[in-house]
Amino acid sequence: MSRKWVISAATAAAALMIGFSGLGAVQAADKKLVVGFSQIGSESGWRAAETKTAKAEADKRGIDLKISDAQQKQENQIKAVRSFVAQGVDAIFIAPVVATGWDSVLKEAKEAKIPVVLLDRQIETKDPSLYMTAVTSDTVHEGRVAGEWLAKQTGGKCAVVELQGTVGSSPAINRKKGFDEIVAKNPGMKIVRTQSGDFTRAKGKEVMESFIKAENGGKGICAVYAHNDDMAVGAIQAIKEAGLKPGKDILVVSIDGVPDIFKAMSEGEANATVELTPNMAGPAYDALIAFKKDGKAPPKWIQTESALFTPDTAKAEYERRKDAY
Amino acid sequence: MTLSAPGPARNLPQYGALIAVLLANWLLFPDFFAIRLQDGRLFGSLIDVLNRGAPVALLAVGMTMVIATRGVDLSVGAVMAISGAIAATMTGAGWSLPAVLAASLAAGLLCGLWNGVLVAVLRIQPIIATLILMVAGRGIAQLVTEGQIVTFTSPALAFIGSGSFLTVPMPVVLTIVLLAVTALLVRATALGLMIEAVGINRLSSAGAGVNTPVVLVAVYVWCGLCAAVAGLIVTADIRGADANNAGLWLELDAILAVVVGGTSLLGGRFGLVLSVVGALIIQSMNTGILLSGFKPEFNLIVKAGVLLVVLLLQSPTLTLFLPRPRGARPIGTVKPPVAPTSGGAKP
Amino acid sequence: MTASTAPPSAPLLAIRGLSKAFLGVQALDGVDFTLRHGEIHALLGENGAGKSTLIKTLTGVYQRDGGTVALEGREIAPRGVEEAQRLHIGTVYQEVNLLPNLSVAENLFLGRQPMRWGLVDRGAMRRRARAVLQPYGLSVDVTAPLGRFSVATQQIIAIARAVDMSAKVLILDEPTASLDAQEVAVLFKVMRTLRSRGIGIVFVTHFLDQVYEVCDSITVLRNGRLVGERRTADLPRLDLVAMMLGRELEAAAHRIDLGPAELDSRPPLASFKGFGKARSVEPFDLDIRPGEVVALAGLLGSGRTETVRLVFGMDRADKGEATVDGRPARLRGPRDAVRLGFGFCPEDRKKEGIVGELSVRENIILALQARQGWLKPIPRRRQEEIADRFIRLLDIRTPDAERPIQLLSGGNQQKALLARWLATEPRLLILDEPTRGIDVGAHAEIIRLIERLCADGMALLVVSSELEEIVAYSRRVVVLRDRRHVAELRGGEVSVERIVAAIASETPNPIASETPNIEVRQ
Repeated sequence: MSRKWVISAATAAAALMIGFSGLGAVQAADKKLVVGFSQIGSESGWRAAETKTAKAEADKRGIDLKISDAQQKQENQIKAVRSFVAQGVDAIFIAPVVATGWDSVLKEAKEAKIPVVLLDRQIETKDPSLYMTAVTSDTVHEGRVAGEWLAKQTGGKCAVVELQGTVGSSPAINRKKGFDEIVAKNPGMKIVRTQSGDFTRAKGKEVMESFIKAENGGKGICAVYAHNDDMAVGAIQAIKEAGLKPGKDILVVSIDGVPDIFKAMSEGEANATVELTPNMAGPAYDALIAFKKDGKAPPKWIQTESALFTPDTAKAEYERRKDAY
Repeated sequence: MTLSAPGPARNLPQYGALIAVLLANWLLFPDFFAIRLQDGRLFGSLIDVLNRGAPVALLAVGMTMVIATRGVDLSVGAVMAISGAIAATMTGAGWSLPAVLAASLAAGLLCGLWNGVLVAVLRIQPIIATLILMVAGRGIAQLVTEGQIVTFTSPALAFIGSGSFLTVPMPVVLTIVLLAVTALLVRATALGLMIEAVGINRLSSAGAGVNTPVVLVAVYVWCGLCAAVAGLIVTADIRGADANNAGLWLELDAILAVVVGGTSLLGGRFGLVLSVVGALIIQSMNTGILLSGFKPEFNLIVKAGVLLVVLLLQSPTLTLFLPRPRGARPIGTVKPPVAPTSGGAKP
Repeated sequence: MTASTAPPSAPLLAIRGLSKAFLGVQALDGVDFTLRHGEIHALLGENGAGKSTLIKTLTGVYQRDGGTVALEGREIAPRGVEEAQRLHIGTVYQEVNLLPNLSVAENLFLGRQPMRWGLVDRGAMRRRARAVLQPYGLSVDVTAPLGRFSVATQQIIAIARAVDMSAKVLILDEPTASLDAQEVAVLFKVMRTLRSRGIGIVFVTHFLDQVYEVCDSITVLRNGRLVGERRTADLPRLDLVAMMLGRELEAAAHRIDLGPAELDSRPPLASFKGFGKARSVEPFDLDIRPGEVVALAGLLGSGRTETVRLVFGMDRADKGEATVDGRPARLRGPRDAVRLGFGFCPEDRKKEGIVGELSVRENIILALQARQGWLKPIPRRRQEEIADRFIRLLDIRTPDAERPIQLLSGGNQQKALLARWLATEPRLLILDEPTRGIDVGAHAEIIRLIERLCADGMALLVVSSELEEIVAYSRRVVVLRDRRHVAELRGGEVSVERIVAAIASETPNPIASETPNIEVRQ
């Protein structure tokens, strides 16, 4: 600990000396916005893409982005925020690993007059003034978009099997909720089976296998709705192994927009995906720049777009995303 | 030359439970036992049970011997992830199948060697020793895949997961082969006796000249190999290595399978086939729940309930109150009470 | 010798027609047993006589098949050790059944800790623990883990616990097996005090001296049946042994006389020079020649066991060298020793000898199999032949070779361990207390066996506390004191008196200047 402290003190001293030695450099740094980003970690491909995109979008706008990887631990995130406050950054972005326990550290940021932007997830707090805005997708809306596409595609008549996410997780609950709203509006649509596939390919495949057997060899299934693309990819394999054609005999619609589902779509094995954009930082930068320029506070919630993609653009989208992920 | 512990009455709870769960599945889903050929491969719910149960059954084979030495291997799930990550990444980089398989299996052996050395040579408690790799292993797998799901298209590797041999799915074939090889290895040699001896009393065994470190290292190495094969199957099955999720929590299913199979966590007598039966009991329930259309929220509760019944049937205290089949030997087959739990009250 | 209180109407404990069978084997067949208030009652018998079964039925470990058990006239049928304890029947076993990780005080008050405000009152517990142990002459650190103390101390703590739990009937199952003479004396004092308080004590032992020293009555069992009950004063020793064995005891083992000259002319099989280990045993020289029995004598803790453990490689020597057949030998573990043709029956059979859940057969072939290596399994039929041969040869009492060895009595376990090594046809067999905890009959058999093996050219290195036994079969006796080999007696010099003299002799070692308390068992 003490050695680390010595090193950072030395670094700070060195930085100071550089600062004094060239006033021009200090002025240039003044103009450039500095943003500290406390990222959860890199537990999934989507998370890695979010980090990558945040960097790319920062470069685009000439923003100096400092990223701290919390390795799934809130204590690391709190430490990172404190260190950002100490460094006097212009704004702090947090992708919070959990919803609670942020009040005291956010108060410190507020006292230092540093605006905080939440990315991708919301927090629970009694004092909303602790953060400037939250950039997240609307997971209920994602379910709705998927449902609407399916209703339109099948003329409102479809026996759907549903692959849920991890039981009790908020995306699983909300994506089910949004989809159920559309099913309720279409009397011809029905969810015949629903089970958890734990957001993984392996479980998605296993659950789909049993759905096919339970529904008369898959003949009774019009479409599969998966709460994420990974489960859909697993389901596609199960459909193929049962001697059916995914995308034709059974329609496949899912959420997230990871590269592999675009690949499947370009091969005609999946029909639609609703993108959960990894570009959470972009809208946040824009809001921040506007705030710094004319002091206009953005709305409390910036909702990212839930765009639907279909096979006709799949190939191009796959090429575009391949490297972001 | 039995594969299981002696005493036919002792195996009744396991086989009985398996049959009961299968029958329950049949009642919930009348086509449960229906099997047909699909693209030259057996197809049906019963086949799903065998096929999906294969990874845990493989883990259980290795785990049985580790537990027989009074150890436990918590790292098998992470080893699966490592082996799968290596296989998918190397395949993606254009390596040939033999090279890929050799590298993946070698990784499993190496992981087992690491665990074995910690336990046998450095004498770290198995639960702690293997916890290290359980935590670090997934990290290693993530390093290999760079945190992504690494997919591949090689039909040769995919064959391990979804191909078939004489209409039997490959995972099932591999499990049977590995079970047979393991059984041969321990029962046609004196290794099984030494594993049991070391598990029951390491000091006495060492005093009788048994090479206890080598026996211990051997079981962990073999357990690592079994985990690597399971990892290959899972990876080949979904045509991708998911370092975050491959084999996640499967070490617990494997331990459960071994315990349901009747091998005591206190070491000693073990039954390989019974552990595989234990794995099939667990998988039959999983498949049954999926077929039944229960809400997913009930999955774990149903599972826990059935397992409780199976384990109660094996409880020495409870079996005393049940009518015993002729020839059952309560004294000979039931473990004596363990000193730490009952000893305090005796004097 | 009898209690001073007026005889109550009903005896303290009356067992009538007690029966218990296992798998059709009648372990107890209509046994009567009567324990009166303020009486020490010896329960004697050979292996398989039914002593353990009787005790376990009494303490609720087993449920009886037939017969009655009455405590002060009231019928009882305890269903477990705890219930027996509540009925004031306390038991102390030979192997201490306490928790080595807990402190002495915690062990003493386990399940009945003194409480204050819902918490364990550790201060009170420590004070009471010291008070409980005080009459036993034990001033130990009651906060230290029990496992840190010697078996003897643990044993006394176990007795203290049982006595403190207001037992009316105290069952002592071979409590003296691991105690030295001084500790035995302390125990007997406690037993006599308890007797004067009206407590009835059932005393199981293999030491006949102790029976005559402390017991009022004797009940003898044989093969699950009652042979008889006698007042100690009315039963001559020879008659007692006859009751136990059901036959006249054969004349005491006779001396074998191999002249020292002939003996020393043989080249040594194994030779140790300056062999030793820090904090275990001082460096010693020791030669062992084919066909001789070398005994190690000394008090408990004098370094006897430590010596043989070094010789077998159970502990690794840090000084000196070993030569076998004149060539330097590596002894880094038991496996090296086994390869050199050594065998070792340790003192603590349960912990270091038997593999409890394995069958008698598997236990017997284990060392042979280990030496052959796992790749060359001994065929099942050959295993059975070996097991059956030794079961017959050593008269191991077991229904069959497939019985888990832990279900055998101590003496038969010991014989099976002997069989394990004999199956390897060892050149040097090391026996640490081979007759401890073994009944009279098996005792004699084991001594005869030792002589026979030695006549066949095998070398034996024996540790024993039974000096008469040592004198009977040893050609040479190495006497140890305070972890040091202090004397070697050979041939005609070997006698109990000389061994005792060597143990008790003045020593240059200042630490041992206090006179050791010596008691020789006659």
